[in-house]
Amino acid sequence: MKARVTVMLKNGVLDVQGEAVRHALGTLGFAGVDGVRQGKVIELDLAERDAAKAEADVKAMCDKLLANTVIESYRVEIL
Amino acid sequence: MKAAVITFPGSNCDRDLATAFDQAGFQVTRIWHKDTDLPHGVDVVGVPGGFSFGDYLRCGAIAAQSPIAPAIKAHAAAGGFVLGICNGFQVLTEMGLLPGALMRNAGLKFACKQVTLRVETTDSAYTAEYGRGQDIQIPIAHHDGNYTIDAEGLARLQGEDRIAFTYEQNPNGSMADIAGVLSANRRVLGMMPHPERACEPVHGGTDGAGMFRSLMGGMALA
Repeated sequence: MKARVTVMLKNGVLDVQGEAVRHALGTLGFAGVDGVRQGKVIELDLAERDAAKAEADVKAMCDKLLANTVIESYRVEIL
Repeated sequence: MKAAVITFPGSNCDRDLATAFDQAGFQVTRIWHKDTDLPHGVDVVGVPGGFSFGDYLRCGAIAAQSPIAPAIKAHAAAGGFVLGICNGFQVLTEMGLLPGALMRNAGLKFACKQVTLRVETTDSAYTAEYGRGQDIQIPIAHHDGNYTIDAEGLARLQGEDRIAFTYEQNPNGSMADIAGVLSANRRVLGMMPHPERACEPVHGGTDGAGMFRSLMGGMALA
């Protein structure tokens, strides 16, 4: 079973890298990009066969290591 | 007084920190991250600067889960002193020993220069030798020193006089110009600037040595 974790800075936390990308897009002539948020995607291969159990496990992994919940939020998808 | 300095793969200020403790009169033991115990009777644990685990995932995140981490947390929980500098500060926030988080510098550039810090509180063993409001010259060298905390947490730090140092000229976008913060019991200090790199005349300045001397004196009283 595969899982995909998407980690993003929480709303309200200034994403300075996203802002730099937004500026660069403007410089390249792409008008109308009002905002850019940059995050990371983590894919996991899991031995677990039960989707609900896998999701609970991956959420625990996010809380403990994969995301810093002080500044980041995460989304777990079981694929 | 006994100090233990932790080394992770990618630490690069561990020897400097050990030397700073040694010159202030501490008996220093170097500890590898795969160890699970601190030396008996250790007074202060130093978590050094560097790029532990290549800054993979997030700065300090993987080091914060290393085998030595439970011993450091237990030492802090028992009222022991813990000093985290630069990457060490990032590790301590990731361990949950200090509030907030260190994000990418607002200017996106790695900042490596001498800065002026203001000593915001002398109510800690680390800063007792300085004067409140004193300016000290200490180098910084970091890419992720932009201290961030929610409004409630910031108010608590300010209300409890737990901001140890601020930048005179903010180099990284840090909230409230924060360069270093203390734990609620004032025994855990995390700071981005490098006092261990300002301890001897050959370093270009000695303003950092006061912190290690202060700690030595403060712990003798504690």
